Amino acid sequence: MIETKNTVIRNGRLIDPANGTDAQADLYLADGKIVGVGSAPAGFVAELDIDATGLVVAPGLVDLCARLREPGFEYKATLPSEMAAAVAGGVTSIVCPPDTDPPLDEPGLVMNLRQRARKHDLARLYPVGALTVGLKGKEITEMAQLREAGCVAFSQGDVPIADLQVLYRAMQYAATFNFELRLRPEEASLVNDGVAHDGEYASRLGLTGIPVIAETLAIAQIVQLMRATGCRIHITRLSSADGIALVRAAKQEGLPITCDVDMNHIHLADVDIGYFNSQYRFDPPLRSVRDRDAIATALADGTIDAICSDHSPVDDDGKLLPFAEAERGATGLELLLPLTLAWARSQKVPLVQALAKISSFPATKLGFTAALTVGSRADLLVFDPDEAWRVTPQTLKSQGKNTPFANMEVLGRARYTLVKGKLVYQA
Amino acid sequence: MLNPQLNSQGELIHLLTTEGLPKRILNQILDRAAEYIAAGDAGTRKFNALAGRSVFNLFFENSTRTRTTFEIAAKRLSADVTSLNIQASSTAKGETLLDTIQNLEAMGADMFVVRHAQSGAPYLIAEHAKPGIAVVNAGDGRHAHPTQALLDMYTIRHYKGDFTQLRVAIVGDILHSRVARSDIHALSTLGCPEIRVIAPKTLLPVGIESLGVHVYHDMAAGLKDVDVVIMLRVQNERMSGAFLPSTQEFFKYYGLTPEKLAHAHPDAIVMHPGPMNRGVEIDSAVADGDRAVILPQVTFGIAVRMAVMAIVSENQRGQGAQA
Repeated sequence: MIETKNTVIRNGRLIDPANGTDAQADLYLADGKIVGVGSAPAGFVAELDIDATGLVVAPGLVDLCARLREPGFEYKATLPSEMAAAVAGGVTSIVCPPDTDPPLDEPGLVMNLRQRARKHDLARLYPVGALTVGLKGKEITEMAQLREAGCVAFSQGDVPIADLQVLYRAMQYAATFNFELRLRPEEASLVNDGVAHDGEYASRLGLTGIPVIAETLAIAQIVQLMRATGCRIHITRLSSADGIALVRAAKQEGLPITCDVDMNHIHLADVDIGYFNSQYRFDPPLRSVRDRDAIATALADGTIDAICSDHSPVDDDGKLLPFAEAERGATGLELLLPLTLAWARSQKVPLVQALAKISSFPATKLGFTAALTVGSRADLLVFDPDEAWRVTPQTLKSQGKNTPFANMEVLGRARYTLVKGKLVYQA
Repeated sequence: MLNPQLNSQGELIHLLTTEGLPKRILNQILDRAAEYIAAGDAGTRKFNALAGRSVFNLFFENSTRTRTTFEIAAKRLSADVTSLNIQASSTAKGETLLDTIQNLEAMGADMFVVRHAQSGAPYLIAEHAKPGIAVVNAGDGRHAHPTQALLDMYTIRHYKGDFTQLRVAIVGDILHSRVARSDIHALSTLGCPEIRVIAPKTLLPVGIESLGVHVYHDMAAGLKDVDVVIMLRVQNERMSGAFLPSTQEFFKYYGLTPEKLAHAHPDAIVMHPGPMNRGVEIDSAVADGDRAVILPQVTFGIAVRMAVMAIVSENQRGQGAQA
């Protein structure tokens, strides 16, 4: 482990999405915090000097959804492998959903996980607690005690609550303590054995469809329950234009609702499945080109607040199966930066606004400010936004090598990642 | 995207779907089948096209008829045939699909005839099979049943001659039907100007119009003046619950009776991929009537499957020689 050193990052282009600034300056770090911007504090002696000439210096990325597979699925990935992947991708804070085995439904499990994460001491880990016991959708968990154990919010992972009475009570209870729920909107009875967007392409391939109404009906129910309970909701991994429209309307109404999308859905659509390529198997399914374009636009106009990686390490055995039987998801931590930058370039969104989707906004969900001001956390990413690199599965740090972006060329790569002022990754 | 069933010379090396299959290949298969039928009529029933080759029929989903016709077809081509019924295919319990394939490759397989409940499974096998091994799709999920479509095309060509003047109606459970999809693609490629599908909305896939078909919900209107009626089997499990209210109501509105068939062209033929549910999608008076060509379909099916197996095997060997 590298000890904290007084560090200067010289000549970088400092992009601070929380404050909307983009300017060249030196940055001085000590004791895990930023202690000087532009000029060193009195008596500062640098022990580590990073030359960031031609590079961007920004707050470390905050990923609102990344599965580390611990506990329970260590054959797919482990904390050390996935934390190494995180910092290699410039991600300094990871929010992990509770869909582990066992699910994170007891304070002891959460404390154990955090303790293990601290031992590896790379990225920071923020667990989301299970909303119901065993994620079974029947009994609510000890949310207040889970919060004390370190849970930042509560969710059902990918298992929607079928019983509206339970969801109603869960939202009432969460609202009592002003806890936020992270819900992936999906009406399970409309999914059944569906595996692909219910459109022309799935019809052609003979894949069972998941209709857009599975998402919109769930959002409509959640919004009604928000009105009834006052519960704060973060809708995660939107997939459709119609779903976005419902969230936009709820925001305009002034409800305490925010939302994110995963990076794959910004760039991919159902037609990319090609000849049953299981790398394109996602939940929610990749939707139409129109939906994909609506996601890119809604990110730019601010309706969608954040981009998450939805990092899901899957081994080859999980993918070498017929499409419907293949495991969903893809590795993502190391691609969050370049895929966000690709979206920003295509939408002509300035870098400062793009980085807000993967750092300053998600940080607000975790209760801290990701900024480049004196006193802020020295969780930092130094990257070259124009460095071209090929996504080579074997060289990814994540134990999950499967991604639809394998062997594609992307732009933007972390050069240095610092957490709590410590250099934890260097390209 | 490369079409995985064609080699770089555009020759058929696997048969996975009729979608995107060029007209020249469809005609090549139908012409070859015609040769086998002519030879059979002249008394020759055994050929050497697959002599010394090992054909494995891998049926991950139950089927008696299709498996039997593939077996007969392979034997008539002098292949060594092994048929396996492999149940419990789903998920990661036990041996995976590709494990099974690798084991059979080690036993010297030259061709896999695959039926699988999951759409796309034959693609996975074709992608991972060793070079030189042909894969023939004998029905995958709701996706494709290309040999059934080819024997349907053979039957239509036999009775009607030319595709470019035909109206064809496909009736019943289009949603779950791999036969319907494969027929639609083959008919389109062969130049059929008007393809209709007739079904209640619960049994139609989203966006089926994008395949170039006209959608009808009413039998009288949909069958009006058609030259070919292709009835589809309705699985019993669809007959209760949310797809359909009852057998009786389905038969009343969508079952092919002599009265409904009267809306079609007087020379219209009636086809069915089998096995039929009499009194569900088809009335016995029609099934056994002079319009029905359901049994000739079965006979032609053997010749068509012989043609497919012979052609992919030849092309695989041609490719192997160049490699």
